[in-house]
Amino acid sequence: MPKKTVNYNQVELMASVAAKLLEDNKSVLVGTGLPVLAAMLAQQSNAPNILIMYEAGGVGSQASVVPVSVGESRTFYHGIAASSMHDVMSALQGGFVDYGFLGAAQIDMYGNINTTVIGDYDTPKVRLPGSGGANDAGSLCFKTIILMKQDIKRFVKKLDFLTTPGYLTGPGAREKAGLPKNTGPYRVISQLGVYGFDSDTKKMMLLSTHPNVSIEEIKENCSFELTIPVNVETSEEPTDQELKILRQIDPMKIVIGK
Amino acid sequence: MSKVEIIEEGKGQLVGFRDPDENRRWVLDNKSRTPEDKRMSAQEAVSKFIKPGDYIASGGFGHVRVSMAIIYEIIRQKKQSLIMAGKTAVHDIDLLVAAGCVDKVEVAYSFGHELRGLSNASRRAVQTGKCKVVSEISNAGYQWRFLAGMMGIPFIPSRILLGTDTFKKSSTKIINCPFTNKPLTLIPSCNPDVGIIHVHRCDKYGNAQIDGALIEDFELSHASRRLIVTTEKVTPHRKTRLKPWRTSIPFYYVDAVVEVPYGSHPCQMPMEYFFDEDHISEWLRLSKTDAGVKEYLEKYIYSVNSFDQYLRLIGGQRKLNRLKKMEMTTGWKAEAK
Repeated sequence: MPKKTVNYNQVELMASVAAKLLEDNKSVLVGTGLPVLAAMLAQQSNAPNILIMYEAGGVGSQASVVPVSVGESRTFYHGIAASSMHDVMSALQGGFVDYGFLGAAQIDMYGNINTTVIGDYDTPKVRLPGSGGANDAGSLCFKTIILMKQDIKRFVKKLDFLTTPGYLTGPGAREKAGLPKNTGPYRVISQLGVYGFDSDTKKMMLLSTHPNVSIEEIKENCSFELTIPVNVETSEEPTDQELKILRQIDPMKIVIGK
Repeated sequence: MSKVEIIEEGKGQLVGFRDPDENRRWVLDNKSRTPEDKRMSAQEAVSKFIKPGDYIASGGFGHVRVSMAIIYEIIRQKKQSLIMAGKTAVHDIDLLVAAGCVDKVEVAYSFGHELRGLSNASRRAVQTGKCKVVSEISNAGYQWRFLAGMMGIPFIPSRILLGTDTFKKSSTKIINCPFTNKPLTLIPSCNPDVGIIHVHRCDKYGNAQIDGALIEDFELSHASRRLIVTTEKVTPHRKTRLKPWRTSIPFYYVDAVVEVPYGSHPCQMPMEYFFDEDHISEWLRLSKTDAGVKEYLEKYIYSVNSFDQYLRLIGGQRKLNRLKKMEMTTGWKAEAK
């Protein structure tokens, strides 16, 4: 098969894959970076009525350019409310938020994530920003989608710190810990593929590989045992129309990268 | 119904917590219900209300609506041993840690500049032990610490932090709920010694209005023992009374009113002026080394006497006009009329 020239980068591919996961007429909590890009792309393509929420209080923004901060004015531009963190976090806890996007420095096979420290907690090799709103989103959204870079240091057997809950130690663990029912990680999107979670074991499972990525490559970049089903699809490439929208949303390429 | 028991306790240090009775007494003795002219300079507000060892909390979110005028003044007055709320604190905390003013932080989100990358200076301080993270929490957790603080109750229950290391390093506790018997996180209240908030407009008594998202400044301002409000503009008191529904912070919570146009620079002031990316980049570049930190602090803070002088240094009115224009490109100004 002749190899098609690739006219997009990894960020654009991940944004397009993430956008397609969002259903119309649902709500999504987003943070800056890739999540906003994905949510705004969905709003301008497959999910025009997606309700975009920011933890600082911006709800229903229809900004045409990506906000650079979760608190800035574009997060409520032409929105339906510029309220407060208490309002949005209460909506989250009250069950009004369907999807939540998260980033991560490390993830384990149950979808638990670390954004706090690399190395020992008291003498950290790298001190990362901490939970921010991640623990809240990961605890309370019905379906969380994790967007992150994949390699063996990031897809790990054991996290250096469990910042935000995935399925914790496996089936039933979230409920046992007291987390709301029917919540948890839904998808993980890396630069190599898309993953879900096996409904019985709650372990991460490969769903699709991105174009030109082999299953071997996926395995080589993962430190834990990944569930690999018989049928693994290939992720859809971004369409020209999607790429056009993405580049309009992020004209300075602050998220897409130069 | 089963007996309420503590299932697990976080090991993080409890900071900013007051027994509600003790706090009520403090409020009774220290917070005046008399409308008084509270206008003063940043210099006066900081020297009067911020003491070594205080627990401080700065409003806004990330690089948005932050009282940088007060942050610079704290650094200029070389205040030390402060504990800070790392409640998505970005530029403010990075500078305060770098300057050696803050050496303890309770972290929800700190040591990062959101999309702009990690904070070089404050991260270095944590990694070398100069600054200590005393406890961890999440953004909602912090927000609810202030909510409980303003409500005069010792904690607020919630369903976050459960099952994680963030919980283990927090100052929260998990109980079995007396109504559902499910595990529930109790988030302790927080009444900071000093809250610092930048607003769009405020009258001389301290009745303050905020445009755009309130973020957590409603709760933070109401929970703080001392509250320093910096404002783009001091407005006549009669304007407060014309639209009382616009007041986000009533005067009895406020201790100082400081008029500082562009007081959030280089951070954004929603619907007023945009982020000064040049200035933020300059800091991020210089803060890669201790020598660079020194150079920045000397240039923009120590050798500067007033906020006006600082504004001239960052490019003066020409630069500010450009930032105003950039913020207006979102279309707010035209449509607000």
